[in-house]
Amino acid sequence: MRISGKYWTLIFLAALIAVTPLFFPSGYYFRVGSLLFVNGLAVTGIVVLTGYAGQISLGQAGFAGIGGYACALAPVHWGVPPALAVVLGAAVSGVLAYLVGRPILRLKGYYLSVASLGFGILVAMVLNNERELTKGPDGINVPDIGLRGLLSDWGLNLTNGEFWYALTGICLLIGAWIALNLQSSPTGRALRALHGSEVAASTVGIDVARVKIQAFVISAIYASVAGSLMALQNKFVTPDIAGFLHSVEMVTMAVLGGVASVPGAILGAGVLTLLPQVLTVLAEYEQLILGLVMMGVMIFLQEGLVPSILRWFRGRDE
Amino acid sequence: MSELLQFVFSGITVGAVYALVALGFTIIFNASGVVNFAQGEFVMLGGMITVFAHAAGLPLPLAALIAIVVTAAVGVALNRLAIEPARGAPVVSLIIITIGASIFIRGASQLIFDKQIHSFPAFSGDDPIHVLGATILMQSLWVIGGALAVFAGLWLFFTKTLLGRAVLATSNNRMAAQLVGINTKFVMTLSFALSAAIGAFGGVLVTPITLTAYDVGLALALKGFAAAMLGGMGNPKGALVGGLLLGLLEALTAGYLSSQYKDAAAFVIILAVLFFMPQGLFGRKSTDRV
Repeated sequence: MRISGKYWTLIFLAALIAVTPLFFPSGYYFRVGSLLFVNGLAVTGIVVLTGYAGQISLGQAGFAGIGGYACALAPVHWGVPPALAVVLGAAVSGVLAYLVGRPILRLKGYYLSVASLGFGILVAMVLNNERELTKGPDGINVPDIGLRGLLSDWGLNLTNGEFWYALTGICLLIGAWIALNLQSSPTGRALRALHGSEVAASTVGIDVARVKIQAFVISAIYASVAGSLMALQNKFVTPDIAGFLHSVEMVTMAVLGGVASVPGAILGAGVLTLLPQVLTVLAEYEQLILGLVMMGVMIFLQEGLVPSILRWFRGRDE
Repeated sequence: MSELLQFVFSGITVGAVYALVALGFTIIFNASGVVNFAQGEFVMLGGMITVFAHAAGLPLPLAALIAIVVTAAVGVALNRLAIEPARGAPVVSLIIITIGASIFIRGASQLIFDKQIHSFPAFSGDDPIHVLGATILMQSLWVIGGALAVFAGLWLFFTKTLLGRAVLATSNNRMAAQLVGINTKFVMTLSFALSAAIGAFGGVLVTPITLTAYDVGLALALKGFAAAMLGGMGNPKGALVGGLLLGLLEALTAGYLSSQYKDAAAFVIILAVLFFMPQGLFGRKSTDRV
C-alpha cells in the first residue's frame, strides 16, 4: 500500500508527540509541550488563511480571546459544560469572522489585515473594559474541563500535565489532518488558485469572495479552539490573549516555519514557543530578537524555514 | 457650549498628530506600495531622542533637530536594509517586515533609553489661553501650526519642485518614471527619510502634551493608519482631513460617550470605512491590469 505524503506528515507528527515525553526530565516539559501544541493549532489555521488563500489576518488573537472567554463565561453564566463552551466559542468566532469577512473579502490586498486588526483590538478592548462580565484586565478564572476525572473513573490516571499534553496533542493532530485534507480538496485547490491570481481564479469559475470567507472562518475557528484550550489548561484567562501582539506572534510563527505548509507552520510555532523558554536570561532582548527574526525570515527565507531548507537539500542532490 | 469647544480643541490637537502620521503612511505607500506599520515608531523616536538629547544639556531646538535627523536616518536604514532587499515580495511579507521593524525599534529603544515616561518643557510656557470659556494650551497651537506648515511645505514640494514631481511620477508608475530618467531608488530613499522626519517632527511637537515612552508607537501607527484609511489611502489631502476627523471623533467619544472606549473610535472607523466606502473619503476607485 502506498502511503501519501499527507499521511507521512501525520504519522511523523503523531510519533513525535508520542515519543518526545520519554525524554522529558520533569513534568514541566509537558506544560511547554501542550503550549506548543496549542500554538501549533492556531498557526495551522493561519496556514489555511495565509498559506492557501494568501490573505493575512492581524486579528487572530481576537478569536482566541473569544474562545478563551467563552470557556470562562459560558459555564458560569449559562451552565454550559466547559467542553461544550469550546464549541460555543468556535461557533461565535466563526459567525463573527463571516460577518466581518463578508463585506471585506470582496476587496483585494491589505484590507483584510486592516479590518481584522481593528476587529482584534476591539475584542481586546471589550474584554478589558466590560469589568462586570469579564473582570477586566486582571483576568478571570476558568472552570475545570472535567475530563481528567472522567478518565480516572475509567482507570486511566494522568497527571494534569500529562492529560493536557495528550489532549492538546490529539487536537493538534486532528487540526493538522483537517488542514492537510483541505489542501487537496476542491476548496483547497480553489484557495491556492486565487492565491496565484484572483482574476485568473474567477475566470475559471471560482467564487473568489466565497472561498476567501471560508478560509477566514476556518482560521477563526482554529484560533478560537486554541484560545479555549489555552484558557482551560491555565484555568485562567486575561485580555492579553486577544492582544495585538498575540496576533503578530501567531502570524510570525506561521511565516517563520513556512506559511504554505502545515508541518512548517507547526515547526515555526515550536521554535517561537521554545525560544522564550530557552532565552529567559535574555528576556530584555525578546522584542529585539522577535523583530529581527520576523524581518530576517521575510527577507532571506521568504517561504519560511522548512520549504527553504528542503529546497537547499534538493538543490544539493542535483 | 464651552464644553464642546474644549473637546474640539483637544480633538484637533491630537488629530493634527494623527494627520502627520497618516501623511507619513501616505508618502511611503505612494512611493513603494508598502503599508509601513513602523510609522508610529518614528513619532516615538522623535520624542524620545529629543528628551534624551535635551537632558544631556543640549538646547531644545538643537535636540529636536538632532531627533528629526536621526529618525530620518532610521527611516532610510529601514528602506535600505529591510524593504529594498525584499522588493517584489508579496504584501503579506512586506507587512510582516514592517511590523518586525516596529517591534525591533521598540525593543532597541527600551534598551537604549529606558521604560520610563518622559517629557520636556512646552515651547512657550504652560499658560493656557482662554477662548469662549474653553482653554487651549500654547503647545496645542504649536502642534496645529506645525502640522499645517508641514502640509503646506509638502504641497509646495510636490507641485512646484522638479524633485517633488519626480516623486509623484514614481508613485504613479515606477517603471515609466525610470524610463524617463528618474532615479527611483533615490526617490524611495527620499520618501522614507521624509516620512520618518515628518513622524519625528510630530513626536517633538506633541510630547510636551501627551508625554512619551518607548511603547507609544504602535497605538499611534494604528490611529494614523485609521486616519489614512478614512481619508483614502494614498491621498495627502485625505490624510489631513482623516487625521483631524479621527481626532475630533475620539475627543467627542471620550467626552460624551465613554472615555474607556475612546480608542475604539479609530477601529470602529476602520471597519465602517471598509464596509461602506473602501476607497475612503478622497480615494479613487482602483482597477487592476491583468
